[in-house]
Amino acid sequence: MSTRIVQGVPMPGWPMRIFKGLVLLVFCAVVIVPFVGVISTSVAPNKQINESGGLVLLPKSINFGAYESLFAGGVVTRALFVSIFVTIVGTLLSLTVSCLLAYALSRPGFVAGRPILLVVLFSMLFSPGIIPLYLTVKGVGLLDSIWALIVPTMISAFNVVVLRAFFMNLPNELTESARIDGAGELKTFTNIVLPLSKAVLSVIGLFYAVAYWNAFFSALLYLNDSKLWPLQLVLRTYVINDTQLGSAELGTELLPPQASIQMAILVVSIVPILVIYPFLQRHFAKGVLTGAVKG
Amino acid sequence: MLQRSKTRPQQQLSLGRRLLRDRVLLLFALPGIALIIAFHYVPLLGNVIAFKDYQPFLGINASDWSGWENFSVIFNGDPAFLRALKNTLILTCLQSIFVFPAPILLALLLNSLFSERIKRIAQSILYLPHFMSWVIVVALFQQMLGGSGLLNNYLRSHDLSTINIIGNSELFHVLLTSQIIWKDTGWATILFLAALSQIDSQLYEAASVDGASRMKQLWHVTLPGLRGIIILLFILRLGDSLTVGFEQIILQQQAVGRDVSEVLDTYVYNNGVLGGAWGVAAAVGLVKGIVGVILVLTANKVAHIFGEQGVYQR
Repeated sequence: MSTRIVQGVPMPGWPMRIFKGLVLLVFCAVVIVPFVGVISTSVAPNKQINESGGLVLLPKSINFGAYESLFAGGVVTRALFVSIFVTIVGTLLSLTVSCLLAYALSRPGFVAGRPILLVVLFSMLFSPGIIPLYLTVKGVGLLDSIWALIVPTMISAFNVVVLRAFFMNLPNELTESARIDGAGELKTFTNIVLPLSKAVLSVIGLFYAVAYWNAFFSALLYLNDSKLWPLQLVLRTYVINDTQLGSAELGTELLPPQASIQMAILVVSIVPILVIYPFLQRHFAKGVLTGAVKG
Repeated sequence: MLQRSKTRPQQQLSLGRRLLRDRVLLLFALPGIALIIAFHYVPLLGNVIAFKDYQPFLGINASDWSGWENFSVIFNGDPAFLRALKNTLILTCLQSIFVFPAPILLALLLNSLFSERIKRIAQSILYLPHFMSWVIVVALFQQMLGGSGLLNNYLRSHDLSTINIIGNSELFHVLLTSQIIWKDTGWATILFLAALSQIDSQLYEAASVDGASRMKQLWHVTLPGLRGIIILLFILRLGDSLTVGFEQIILQQQAVGRDVSEVLDTYVYNNGVLGGAWGVAAAVGLVKGIVGVILVLTANKVAHIFGEQGVYQR
């Protein structure tokens, strides 16, 4: 019998390994099955949905009727545009603002470095509270504006700390030689530092994007006008609270069963995350941990 | 020339000249720091309405001072407040007992796998729910466990009695806890796996030579290696004791009623933003925030007494 040694521990026997495999399989199934069910139901034929009484795990045939009615220009289409706008514009603004601040904080001998860093770090210790935050947003006139979904959450102190740690780890010689060549701070930042930071920028950017895409409470708190609702709020109203979506809301006469429409809305809000997930995953363990540990 | 040079220490330049030299960097830092101040520090000032009879049409400044009156719900034990406090504490206990250790156990399981490939695939799958919004998680749970969800449809089709899980007030706390476990256990393993990979493999070899069984190695090598990170995360958890999943609860509050679902954060939201009792809600939020900061500082102190690093030094 050969015993492979990993970490100095002899390999366990087969019963133990099979047991672990089974436990892991169950855990993974618990995570995956809901997604499979939702996606399947959104494309399943009406008859099958009615027979099953709700969720379908394996569609007998595929029909995109539910998606056609969602994208016909009604509530969901509009919410999708709001969410896409908030996510793209928000992420770009967040990245710009965070990188600029993190870069300034990463420069050795920056005159205000210490006090600014303390302001950033100290803000992580407490959260401002719902009521005062609401009053502040109201005070600056952002209530019922799409910018209320972007501006208050534009910068995350944690992400700034991660970016700063990354910038500080870049070889000093590069920025020094740029300076000797006569490059100013802006040029050093855009031509030297940013191109070297693609990995961390993509991770932080994706984190910001996921946060914007998933934001639900800021919309609930700041937006009374349902025309400005992002997808998450539409999801709550029509899926969780089970409000009926009629042809008035959808903007089309084509009405598939509620179950498949509901599942299609869910899929529309899940898919973008599933699409960027592999990119996120490639970087996050590396990017996030190095920053968090050294921060 | 206003230039940084290694030979001359920066302290020799006057503050004015250093500010002038770093004007571009100051400009870089400005938007970010302005946002942090505007939406983190300025709202702190807004907490003064806890001491005022706040009227939205008058604004903060013109509203009358009311002293400690808004705090009377806390000091006199208003039933609605006590109910929120009770549910918060129950949920915090459930989370500390069940949610906190779950990723440690999962990380130990993942770490003990011999196939790197299986480990990576499992990680990809288990991390995924973390990136789903609470709206999606709640909707998925409804679809699986709700009245017409997968589980009950299965039971119905096999002529078994159905189980009412979603919208059942008796099971609400358990439901919330299991949703958090489903969403975040996988992701939370990242930090523990990183700590596990830092443990010196020679320790295992030495233990193995000394005849330590796998259980003994787990107890004497693995767990001590995780001690620092466990204490650190537990401190952070303690600081958040009074924060127990606001979005998650708001989404499901209608179905089960406030008796079991009202927590401090929803109390603040429901009474303040929805109910118009701004001062009282702000008072409760303020006390909650202060208690939170005290909890972190205390827990950190305790960690130092036990000789651990904690969140910050000294």
